Amino acid sequence: MPSGSDDLSIRVEDVSVTYRTSVEKAPTLRNTMLRLGRRERVVREIEALRGVSFEVRHGTVLGVLGANGAGKSTLVRTVAGILPPTEGRVEVLGRVSTLLALGVGFNRDLTGRENVVLGGLAAGLTREQMEAKYDEIVDFAELEDFMEMPMRTYSSGMYGRLAFSVAVNMDPDILLIDEALSVGDARFRRKSFEKMKELCGQARTIVLVSHAMGSISELCDQAIWMHKGEMRVRGEPDKVIEAYTQFLDVKNDALTKEDI
Amino acid sequence: MSTETQTSRKNGAPAALRRSWFRRNGAAGTRTRDDEFTSQHHVYEPHVTGLPPLRSYVSEVWRRREFALELSRTRLRAQHFDTTFGQLWLILNPLLLAGVYFVLVDIIRPNSRGWAFFAHLMAGLFAYYFVSNAMREGVKVVVKSSGLILNTAFPRALLPVSSVITAFVRFLPTLVVYLPFHVIAGLPFTLHMLWIIPIVALLTVLSTGLAMFVAAAQVYFRDLSSFLPYVLRVWLYVSPVLYYAKQVPERYKWLLDINPLAPLLTAWSDVLNFGRAPAPRDIALGAAWAFALFVGGALFYISRERDFAVRL
Repeated sequence: MPSGSDDLSIRVEDVSVTYRTSVEKAPTLRNTMLRLGRRERVVREIEALRGVSFEVRHGTVLGVLGANGAGKSTLVRTVAGILPPTEGRVEVLGRVSTLLALGVGFNRDLTGRENVVLGGLAAGLTREQMEAKYDEIVDFAELEDFMEMPMRTYSSGMYGRLAFSVAVNMDPDILLIDEALSVGDARFRRKSFEKMKELCGQARTIVLVSHAMGSISELCDQAIWMHKGEMRVRGEPDKVIEAYTQFLDVKNDALTKEDI
Repeated sequence: MSTETQTSRKNGAPAALRRSWFRRNGAAGTRTRDDEFTSQHHVYEPHVTGLPPLRSYVSEVWRRREFALELSRTRLRAQHFDTTFGQLWLILNPLLLAGVYFVLVDIIRPNSRGWAFFAHLMAGLFAYYFVSNAMREGVKVVVKSSGLILNTAFPRALLPVSSVITAFVRFLPTLVVYLPFHVIAGLPFTLHMLWIIPIVALLTVLSTGLAMFVAAAQVYFRDLSSFLPYVLRVWLYVSPVLYYAKQVPERYKWLLDINPLAPLLTAWSDVLNFGRAPAPRDIALGAAWAFALFVGGALFYISRERDFAVRL
């Protein structure tokens, strides 16, 4: 990058992520010992990202497109600092709030309140900050009556609403959203879309992973298309969407634009 | 959210910080990775040594201590320790435990064993259960917190630390339960009893190391939690709890020598039951074990913690 660009938020430099994961049913000592006797290997190496580089300026809304398994989620998690890069370097400037696919961040045995408070404290907020935000979060999620109940009693829509509300009300500098825009019923969906528009209008950096090309073209200033761990195209959202849909060999009609 | 915070974010310190910071680090790769968990800038790179920069790691653990406390509080609340019966159980449970083991020992080796022995058994059991509870909580904590781990970047060491806090909170009231039996047994109260403070501190250090070790190991071997109770049971039997350390026959002395808990539990009994100064050898060995296990467990945990997100 040219030096002197003052307002960078995210800089991803030649990042590769390779991780080893076990394809075993359950990683247990018993299975490991049984396996050693048979000299099998069950660890698979996955190249989730390969030499990805890009920069996001402060205040940009970046859309990320790509097929399942293209590395979009890995990219978001790497930027969030959850997955370490195997090579390369990620720099992030600002407080990050992450919203990963449908309420992944919650413990089902704890109440909504406990989950919200623990999540905030883990993210580095103080108890006072958390208390100040708590009502706002609950109000937005419209879950006043459910906050003292274990989250296993929640419907999946309620799960998603709370997750969305936590992420957007954390007042982050950088918001990372992984396919979690369409939560709840039609009304809440509209409300969350409005909230997203509001957030995009403010000076925040947002990375938005979505299959809904309509949302990407409406909300984002820039887009990238990920393919098999590599960045294929980067540019104006509509151009990237066009390239992507052409690649998919799907007619770019209103239907696919809205949701695939 | 208010517009004030908005403008301050836009024009205030962070922007200035951002400018100077990126300029300073224009030449990528020349700086050290000190910023992994701090709230304003983050740099994520492969850890060459497998370990994050420890100084900033530790300060970040300290900065987010409130999270460990809250997690522990949540867990205790789930175990109903905020209700009257929950607290009653907190007292009843160790009493019953001590009673059961007393009967067991009395059946196996019947001879006149008075209140003094019961007091020793009780004190030893409570100290032992502090360590063992920390491990029992610790072995579950990472896998149970998978949601948080997958969603938020924070120093993962906070998780086993919260297990130790839980075990500690459950251990404290048992000291009060012990007190009347100390009196009934007619055991002395002396200044040497103040030694319990450093001994509890060392037990905490040791527990933290072990909790971190089992918490990380559980991610790789999910059946660890099912045979940990057996390991802990055997460990109790080879520790000087159900008997006095000096009663151990010569041919089994080596069991005490290789048992990391033996020196501390021996000192514990000397100090708390008999009110006498602990043997310097016990304190020195106990401290050595505690710190060795702490360093080993913590390094293992911290070097593996980046792997958790893909293994959960």
